[in-house]
Amino acid sequence: MVLKTLDAMGPLHGYGIARRIEQISEEALNVNQGTIYLCLVRLLQKKWIEAKWGTSENNRKARFYSISKAGQKQLVAETENWRRVAGVIGNLLQLEGVK
Amino acid sequence: MVALLHRTIARIAAVFRGGALDRELNAEVEAHLGMLAEEYIRRGASPEEAKRLARIEFGGIDQLHETHREVRGLPFVDVLLQDLRYTFRSLRHNAGFAVFTILIIGLGVGASATIFSVVNTLLLRPLPFANSRQLVWIANRSDDGLSEWSTQADHYLDLRAQNRSFSDLAAYFSFYSPGDAKLKGNRETERLNSLRVSQNLFSFLGVHPFLGRTFTDEEARSRWNNPGAVILSYGFWRRHFAAAPGVIGQTVTLNDVPVTIVGVLPRSFDFEGVFVPGNHFDVYLPMPMTPETNAWGNLLAVVGRLKPGVTIDGARTEIGALAKQIESQHPERNTFRPLLTALDEHVVGRLRRAVVVLAWAVGIVMLLVCANVANLQMARGAARQKEMAVRVAVGAGRRRLVRQLLTESLALSCCGGLLGIFLAIAGTRVLSGLGAFNIPLLSGIRVDSASLIFSLILAVLTGLGFGLAPALQVPFNTVHESLKGSSRGSSGTKRHAWIRNALVVSEIVLACMLLVGAGLLTRSFINVLQLNLGFHADRAAAMRVDHSASYSTRAERDNLFVQILDRTRSLPGVSSAGLTDVLPLAGDRSWAVSARGKSYAPGHYPEGFIRIVSDGYFQAMGVPLVAGRTLTDHDNSSSEPVVVVNETLARTIWPHQDPIGQVLMCEGSGSPGRTVIGVVADVRHRGIEQDSGCELYIPMRQSDDVDAVYLVVRTTLPASALAATIRTALHPITPDLSSNEFLTVQELVDKAVSPRRFVVALIAGFSSFALILAALGIYAVISYSVNQRTTELGVRMALGATVGNLQSQVIAQTLRLAGIGMVVGSIAAGLLSKALESLLFGVKATDPTTFLGMVFVLTVVACLAGYLPALRISKIDPMSALRAA
Repeated sequence: MVLKTLDAMGPLHGYGIARRIEQISEEALNVNQGTIYLCLVRLLQKKWIEAKWGTSENNRKARFYSISKAGQKQLVAETENWRRVAGVIGNLLQLEGVK
Repeated sequence: MVALLHRTIARIAAVFRGGALDRELNAEVEAHLGMLAEEYIRRGASPEEAKRLARIEFGGIDQLHETHREVRGLPFVDVLLQDLRYTFRSLRHNAGFAVFTILIIGLGVGASATIFSVVNTLLLRPLPFANSRQLVWIANRSDDGLSEWSTQADHYLDLRAQNRSFSDLAAYFSFYSPGDAKLKGNRETERLNSLRVSQNLFSFLGVHPFLGRTFTDEEARSRWNNPGAVILSYGFWRRHFAAAPGVIGQTVTLNDVPVTIVGVLPRSFDFEGVFVPGNHFDVYLPMPMTPETNAWGNLLAVVGRLKPGVTIDGARTEIGALAKQIESQHPERNTFRPLLTALDEHVVGRLRRAVVVLAWAVGIVMLLVCANVANLQMARGAARQKEMAVRVAVGAGRRRLVRQLLTESLALSCCGGLLGIFLAIAGTRVLSGLGAFNIPLLSGIRVDSASLIFSLILAVLTGLGFGLAPALQVPFNTVHESLKGSSRGSSGTKRHAWIRNALVVSEIVLACMLLVGAGLLTRSFINVLQLNLGFHADRAAAMRVDHSASYSTRAERDNLFVQILDRTRSLPGVSSAGLTDVLPLAGDRSWAVSARGKSYAPGHYPEGFIRIVSDGYFQAMGVPLVAGRTLTDHDNSSSEPVVVVNETLARTIWPHQDPIGQVLMCEGSGSPGRTVIGVVADVRHRGIEQDSGCELYIPMRQSDDVDAVYLVVRTTLPASALAATIRTALHPITPDLSSNEFLTVQELVDKAVSPRRFVVALIAGFSSFALILAALGIYAVISYSVNQRTTELGVRMALGATVGNLQSQVIAQTLRLAGIGMVVGSIAAGLLSKALESLLFGVKATDPTTFLGMVFVLTVVACLAGYLPALRISKIDPMSALRAA
């Protein structure tokens, strides 16, 4: 999800990512915003994203995350995977409906 | 996969830059909160309200920090570091305990690692030669009474040419003697130790000269007295030639002939350590395999190198058959019965048992160390029960606490292990420096990577071993009681008391076994030292005086020797002086002997060891005369051939008869035989612990067959003081007497008993250490129980018990523990000492004196260790003890 966000929106700081995810999930995933940083440090350590200190639109010092090459590859793979799983589940649910 | 690798690396890195990462996260959180608050303000909240809302939205910052650390780093390392910090803090408060524990673990690991290095060098590591597992010792178990174990030159040549099992054979002259080469210097002559070796010996062993080359075939065919070429040992080259590289090609005068230095051997070449421990050689000369040397009989010690794929059993069969064939083709030669042993077996075989015993002893010591430290840790753990209970109460899990205790004990044992490694390095230095010890490979003993790994494993195991006991006594179910502080009478304490008592008993058992072992070996050692050697080693000294250049005929030689003896005898402090061709315990040769007119089947002649001596020798060496007379200066070349024999020979050849006046055949059937004029006591020539066998003494003036001549002097002065006096006195007649060859006969005896001394010293050291440990264990337990029972003892005193009553109770408790330990220990020692049997001399494995002595020593030590804490009872004030309750 974070990868997708970064891929779509370009470099973003933690707050931005959290907001974005809240918006997309339509508040369905209502967790503390702080947990985003646990996710970010994992991705950083896997070198799927990169981080740089910069200045935000409100002139605030913030750390900007962007997706890396490896991250993009991973995103493609993951998307593929999710699509397949989603397809299978969809088919399954349809079958149930027919019954 | 790549991602996982990246992550692992990042996590490890994170452990080391926790601070920076924390600050980074802080800044980020700060920014995040700021942005969130701005958002709320934009929605219309007041700044304070906005900040509050932002905090809520964001969630717990502390939790985030905590989990962030766990996610980014390696939690167990963090915990470990935390535990270590805590350990060092708590040990600082308890420095006495820490130092003491580290010290005994250090001593234990040090002793174990040292012995491991010995075991490794002697039993595990291959001999220091190329592919040494292929090397085979080929002895000649001849039974024709001629010098045993060595082989005649022609046999060697034939065997080398015809065998199919060995890729090559090599040999050396086995009758080397100290100081047998004489190097003429500018001012004085130096006696060197030389060894004659076959041309191929060095390449055979895989040794390349450090400088120059080895011998050529031509040099190997030289005449004995004119070897032409010499190779120097590394040590001699350093010492005598100051490591000058230009020595190659130089000519020196050795044994009065010029020889060219052709090579210098590498420092790592340790021939003596393997083949002739306790000796050292300065120079190597070629051993000519010529009719000349062949005629001298069995001279060679032979080593073979098996072809790849050939087993020693296969070689045994082949060589046995081949030897028979060679023997039958050459009846004129001496017999040849090759006896093959793997070289490493030949070298260390006789020491294997001793080394194994040492390894066991040190293992017992290490167990004692563990028991002792576990005991200390338990006592300390009991004192820390409240601390542990508090920690359990505030939420520490059992695993977490056990882990922390293990970390503590591992930290201690690793510090101890480190100390142990330093001690082992020191210990192996000492051992490898024992050059005079007659133990193979001694100089090669060192702490290598194997010993280091061994110490490390040992330290970790020790840490786990003694860390587990206290970890298991962490109170979990009894948090409440522990916190209340009423440890008195709780079931847990009783269980722990039981464990502690068991530990003390096992310590006493272990100490028992070591003490019995040490006692038996020490008694054997004393027995060996008290053996009647047949000569008096004290106050006798010997010096090599022969030098072929100063005489050319026997008359000249005899004349010179008379002068040497006369001049020496006239010196103050010299009570007697004589000459001999061989010193006790330093080499031997034997001939077949028989009574005149009696013949034996070939191969069944009694063998007699030959010494060629002058008048005065028996007095100088202190060999008592049993019957007849000793040699005088009238027994010379013109008088009747005579011989003095020892008691064994007299008994063997002329049982139930008077040997005096009988004729002994000892120089082959062609000779007229010698009349026996005296019988002397048996002299232990071959080895201290070996019977002497048949011995005969031939007057020096009636024999030419003399390689070496030693002047033996009995003196009332210290030998060292005498050396200079004798040299000065003899200077006019023998100007080139060497300065370095003067040894006391006691030194010869010391060298012969050195392997036994080595084992005894180590075992005695271990058992004293064990005794101290056991005493400490007893002391710790009794003193702990007195402390625990302060209240109880106070109550008893208030009720009328006297201090004396209570003290004797405590001592009785001590003795009960010691008693149980000694009973079990004696049984265990009785069983184990059977394994010692082959190392014992003159004592039985079940020697009651030793066992009683052990019981006595342990009882005294236990009483002492129990008495000290018992003394403290007298200091208990009943009133304050009661109040404390």
